[in-house]
Amino acid sequence: MSPLQAYLGVSAILFAIGFGGVVTRRNAIVVLMGIELMLNAANLNFIAFWKFGITNNAAGYVFVLFSIAIAAAESAVGLALVILIYRHYKTTNIDETTRLHG
Amino acid sequence: MPASFYILALFTIMSAFCAMSLRNLVHCALCLALAFLGIAGLFLYLNAGFVAFAQILVYVGAVAILIVFAILLTRNAEKNEAKATSSLFFSIPLTVAIAAILLNAGFSTSLRSSATAATAPSVRELGTLLMTSYVVPLEIIGVLLTVALLGAIVLALPERPEAT
Repeated sequence: MSPLQAYLGVSAILFAIGFGGVVTRRNAIVVLMGIELMLNAANLNFIAFWKFGITNNAAGYVFVLFSIAIAAAESAVGLALVILIYRHYKTTNIDETTRLHG
Repeated sequence: MPASFYILALFTIMSAFCAMSLRNLVHCALCLALAFLGIAGLFLYLNAGFVAFAQILVYVGAVAILIVFAILLTRNAEKNEAKATSSLFFSIPLTVAIAAILLNAGFSTSLRSSATAATAPSVRELGTLLMTSYVVPLEIIGVLLTVALLGAIVLALPERPEAT
C-alpha cells in the first residue's frame, strides 16, 4: 500500500463515518458534527494529493486554508440555526421540526 | 508506512466513530475534538505544518468549543430522546456503500508513488501566494466570514414581540 493510498483510505473511512452520523442521528448538533467530519476528510484528501501529486504547486495546501475558513463560517451559522430551532420548538430533534412539510 | 501512522489513523477513526455513535452529546463533542486532533497529526505527517496548526486553532479551539456551547444551550432537549437514531434500515447500507465506493476509488488510484514529494511552502511564501495568486478567493473568504458571523449574530438575537 503506497502512502497516498493509506491517506485516501483513512479519508474515505472518516467521510463514511461522518456520513453515517448525518443519516442516522436525529440530533441536529450531531448532524452538524458529521458534516464537520466530512469536511475534514475532504481536507485530508486535499493535503494528500498536494503532497503526492504530480505538479509541484501549493494549490492544495492553500485551498485547505480556505476550506477551514468556510467550515468555521458554516458551523457558526449552523449552530445559530440550531439554537433558533431549539428556541421555537424546544427540541433539537430534526424529525420533529416538520412545519415546512406542508 | 510506519507503525505510528497506523496508530494515529486508528486513533482518529476510533474517536470519529465514538463522536458519531455515543449517546451523551458532551462525550460526542469531546470525541470530535480528539478526532480533529488526530487529523491535525495526520497533517503533520504530511509535512503540512501550517495547516495542522490552523486545524488545531480553528477546529479544536473554536469549532469544538462552539459545539459544546450549543449543546449546553440546548441542554434539556435530550431528555425525551428515547430513540436517538432514525430508521437504520436504509442508512446503514447507504453508509457501507459510500465507504466501499470511496475506498475502492482510493485504492485503485494510479498515482502510485510519491515521485515529486512536494515541499511545504514557508509562511512567507504562503503569505505571498495568498496576496498574489489567491487574492480573489482570499477577499471572498473575508466577505463570507463577515456575512456569516453577522448572520449568526442576527439569527441568535432574542426575537422581538410580534408588534412590527
